Amino acid sequence: MVFFFGFGWLFFMRQLFKDYEVRQYVVQVIFSVTFAFSCTMFELIIFEILGVLSSSSRYFHWKLNLCVILLILVFMVPFYIGYFIVSTIRLLHRQRLLFSCGLWLTFMYFFWKLGDPFPILSPKHGILSIEQLISRVGVIGVTLMALLSGFGAVNCPYTYMSYFLRNVTDTDILVLERRLLQTMDMIISKKKRIAMARRNLFQKGDVNNKPSGFWGMIKSVTTSAPGSENLTLIQQEVDALEELSRQLFLETVDLYATKERIEYSKTFKGKYFNFLGYFFSIYCVWKIFMATINIVFDRVGKTDPVTRGIEITVNYLGIQFDVKFWSQHISFILVGIIIVTSIRGLLITLTKFFYAISSSKSSNVIVLLLAQIMGMYFVSSVLLIRMSMPLEYRTIITEVLGELQFNFYHRWFDVIFLVSALSSILFLYLAHKQAPEKHMTP
Amino acid sequence: MASLDRVKVLVLGDSGVGKSSLVHLLCQNQVLGNPSWTVGCSVDVRVHDYKEGTPEEKTFYIELWDVGGSVGGASSVKSTRAVFFNSVNGIILVHDLTNKKSSQNLYRWSLEAVNRDLVPSGVLVTNGDYDREQFADNQIPLLVIGTKLDQIHEAKRNEVLTRIAFLAEDFNAEEINLDCTNPRYLAAGSSNAVKLSRFFDKVIEKRYFIRDGNQIPGFPERKRFGGGTLKNLHYD
Repeated sequence: MVFFFGFGWLFFMRQLFKDYEVRQYVVQVIFSVTFAFSCTMFELIIFEILGVLSSSSRYFHWKLNLCVILLILVFMVPFYIGYFIVSTIRLLHRQRLLFSCGLWLTFMYFFWKLGDPFPILSPKHGILSIEQLISRVGVIGVTLMALLSGFGAVNCPYTYMSYFLRNVTDTDILVLERRLLQTMDMIISKKKRIAMARRNLFQKGDVNNKPSGFWGMIKSVTTSAPGSENLTLIQQEVDALEELSRQLFLETVDLYATKERIEYSKTFKGKYFNFLGYFFSIYCVWKIFMATINIVFDRVGKTDPVTRGIEITVNYLGIQFDVKFWSQHISFILVGIIIVTSIRGLLITLTKFFYAISSSKSSNVIVLLLAQIMGMYFVSSVLLIRMSMPLEYRTIITEVLGELQFNFYHRWFDVIFLVSALSSILFLYLAHKQAPEKHMTP
Repeated sequence: MASLDRVKVLVLGDSGVGKSSLVHLLCQNQVLGNPSWTVGCSVDVRVHDYKEGTPEEKTFYIELWDVGGSVGGASSVKSTRAVFFNSVNGIILVHDLTNKKSSQNLYRWSLEAVNRDLVPSGVLVTNGDYDREQFADNQIPLLVIGTKLDQIHEAKRNEVLTRIAFLAEDFNAEEINLDCTNPRYLAAGSSNAVKLSRFFDKVIEKRYFIRDGNQIPGFPERKRFGGGTLKNLHYD
């Protein structure tokens, strides 16, 4: 377990915080701890399958792990998020603690309210029991997972397959760059006029250094040359041109990225990934299909793929082999693969996301948010993994997590998955259609 | 009035160090009220009197090109940024005094701007390590500005300032440390203002006058995609 902690720490330092300074070590510690405990959960699942350690000690470890994770997710991380958000707002610096407590209480309130519309509570349990907390964390986590997988399922084939790549030539890029530079020149010439006009204004004998505020502006309008009336007009033009330059810049970046992808796809690695992309797209389509069937026919799978696969081979192909032995190994491998790929995928997505939106002020908050998301993601993936495991191994998860209604979660996952996949298809279609049109216009 | 001569100065540095605030302060003599993310490049113009107070006084436009982004970004962003690095006459390197990494990144920034010929292929020969030789024949005047001076405690001030002095020496440049939200650092007559003025004068001199007093015509635009063998060596 210490190994996981170290890994989380390393990941944090190398990847996420490459360009920033770590000011508060608390953030780093929290992140690594969350990561470590999440990985231990998976480790316990693997132990379950392999039959390492005695059953009672496994049970004990599960309970302990769960308690700690929930504690972190529900209490510590939101509190620290609130604390850091409040610290960045300069006004409230003095009463930091007070306000962060307030924020935390609102968070708890919403968290509680979340549980009401869902049929997940049984009235037998008390307020602060583990089941209640897990159920709510599970809901949020499952929603998140479904959203991410839905989007990923559609985005993955779109990115990998070169069929979708638009053709970008060097002249396209050159043309766009020239437009960008022309726009910058126009901005510059207008700003020169403003600067010169302002300098003349200054030299004409205004006693004050600058027109301060509203009255100053009115005074300068009435007492100076008519040229200054055009200043606001020019300023507006400058603003519009600046907006245009920003758009052109982003488009150019896009074109460069596409060109690189085209070049990449011609190399060996590129072709290999292209091939994988076809496989992935088939898999994703199949998943979407299955989700639709689940909802339409209102059924939740009782048996897992492994057992079903074995049943099929035994029944149809007439191959006899020791079911127990093979099911254990195959399910272990399958679960292992799922876990590893999901962790890796999550970390990569988080890193990209972090680069895109962080700045030196808000980096602490964002890391904590990421830790929160990661924790919830892992907890709910434990819930959902139950689906892919044979019956014998499900018992311990059912035991530990109490009487949650797992069927509900699976149904909810399918619904959100479908919704997110469809909306991302729509979104990507629109984006794809819009882009070529922009380049057609001269 | 737009017929005055112009020089182009780049303002480079990591995101969040205060380049936009600095440029606003330099050009409009006002503090920037609501700094926000700079996407792409934003330009502002300052009117500068070259050799103020002497009979040779002449007014120039100084264009300050504030290029946003991070030095470790995607290569597509880097290639796009390279478009702004054409025919540059001076570079202002901005770093945050409270953030050590931003000072270290200045080396990479200066390499990116100076070695812009190598950028299209996406590979820097020295892989980002600082190489003094590359700066030995560098003709572009540099200025190092440290921001957020007000956020450093009195106790640590000396240590930070010594470190910065070494940095400026490496670049063979002047250094100015200030706080972009307080215009008094650049008040007329202060040493900072004098340093700034000297820097701009140096830039103008390099651009328009060489040592024996002749005027140089405009610099050739660098060729990019046409004929890869034609590499333009700047300032030759």
